[in-house]
Amino acid sequence: MFHDLFFSKAKGRAPKPCPIALSTRVRLARNLREFPFPGRAQSGQKKAVLSKCMEALEKVKNLKTSTSVELDELSELDKQILVERHLISLELSQSDESGGLVLSDDRSCSVMVNEEDHLRIQVLSNGLNFDKVWKLADSLDSGIESSLDYAFDSQLGFLTACPTNLGTGMRASVMMHLPGLVMSKNMDKVINAVNHLGIAVRGLFGEGSDASGSIFQISNQQTLGESESAILERLQDTLENIVHQEKMAREKLMEDDGLRLVDKISRAIGTLKHSHLIQSSEAMDHLSLIRLAADFEFLPEKFRALADRMFIEVQPGHVQLSAGKPIEPGERDRLRADTLRKEFLRIPQLNLDAQVD
Amino acid sequence: MKCHHCDSQATVHLTQIINGQMHKMDLCESCAQEKGVTSPDNLSIGSLLDDQPKMDASTASMTCESCGTTHQDFKKGGRLGCEACYHVFRPVLEPLLDGMHAGINHLGKVPTRSAGKKTVQDDEDALRKALQKAVEEENYEKAAELRDRLKKLHTQSSPTA
Repeated sequence: MFHDLFFSKAKGRAPKPCPIALSTRVRLARNLREFPFPGRAQSGQKKAVLSKCMEALEKVKNLKTSTSVELDELSELDKQILVERHLISLELSQSDESGGLVLSDDRSCSVMVNEEDHLRIQVLSNGLNFDKVWKLADSLDSGIESSLDYAFDSQLGFLTACPTNLGTGMRASVMMHLPGLVMSKNMDKVINAVNHLGIAVRGLFGEGSDASGSIFQISNQQTLGESESAILERLQDTLENIVHQEKMAREKLMEDDGLRLVDKISRAIGTLKHSHLIQSSEAMDHLSLIRLAADFEFLPEKFRALADRMFIEVQPGHVQLSAGKPIEPGERDRLRADTLRKEFLRIPQLNLDAQVD
Repeated sequence: MKCHHCDSQATVHLTQIINGQMHKMDLCESCAQEKGVTSPDNLSIGSLLDDQPKMDASTASMTCESCGTTHQDFKKGGRLGCEACYHVFRPVLEPLLDGMHAGINHLGKVPTRSAGKKTVQDDEDALRKALQKAVEEENYEKAAELRDRLKKLHTQSSPTA
């Protein structure tokens, strides 16, 4: 099965821990000339686009070691896992025909075919690193373009199915862990402030998803009228500002009522160590506090990496993956709790010496 | 919180800045689906707001002959169907773009293959206009970038110079 292959490659690659910014992503939307966009294309046209794109992707240097699949070949569970890992979009997972995916073996690059646009080129990296991610996305894009004709207009830039993606076709986003701003009830203020700068804030799984685990996806809203570097620079400035605000909020929480914060963290540990039924959103909220405890050095560094890994593994698809089969929500809650109890069995006492009186 | 269109519980919450004004809208899952705002990348709150300028008869009957997309389709789903749609619907699109984006001229990457196909003059005019605007707005960072692109364009178009 596809996910076996995919999961074995993924194992043993612990994400590099990074406080506040979990991961960086750049996505480019591209379409082929002479074909209607996927939403308007006939079945035959979509097939033709898929085979043209797959052929072009085979020649791209950055995708030399990669796996190509057609979405029809994947089980529902495989698709759900890819969505939970942000490697494909929900839209592609629900596409009825001729959807394609090329995923590099190190999972840093993924290219979706016949999503909302013919091509969605995506590069992912740990931590905050626009420079590296953009360079890779840019070179992937140029590699693909060397054998395909893109729909492009000198005034409007890259033409996309949705005019909100016109121009650069670039959506850059960073996943941020902001428990300080959430707990101090400042997140609404931050969202309003950055919205005015043309920057969007969403939950972990995009629009409409809640902010479980205090994780937010922060991205540019505008794609036309600025160069890629100008967009990234503006986003970077905003993100640095948010990091600063988050640090201040954490300091203030600790200063004003450190005991309450330590109590919250300890209760989260208690729940993770002792529960027998737990839903993903509750688990994420507790994991968020584990991550925060590692940032405060109450817990060893490795617990931040553990929290980051578990953020993904508590998702419904991943719980079913570890069970090896699709299972009902109630049974999932039991399995999820089992895994968490095992992972947090040997969690040490909080080291409070440096921080709290 | 109730849905803007029906009485169901709202689960999708949109916020977008249009012409410096913040618009908020709360929708239930099924209305959000129907309005085509299920993907985070496709915010088209503009087409959802009731205070949009009413279309006149000429724009209402617009249809893209190449792919069959109608103006009504675009208004409803917020998506266009093909490259040709961008020519057909440009009159209704341009006012929308102004509020949606930082500008209405592309200043980013240009694909090498497509670059050869369009006239260099078009590009130069657009760049000059954008440069003039940037200078008027005292946005010197942008102006410098545009100047560099103009220079680059000249070296590309006259390789012997």
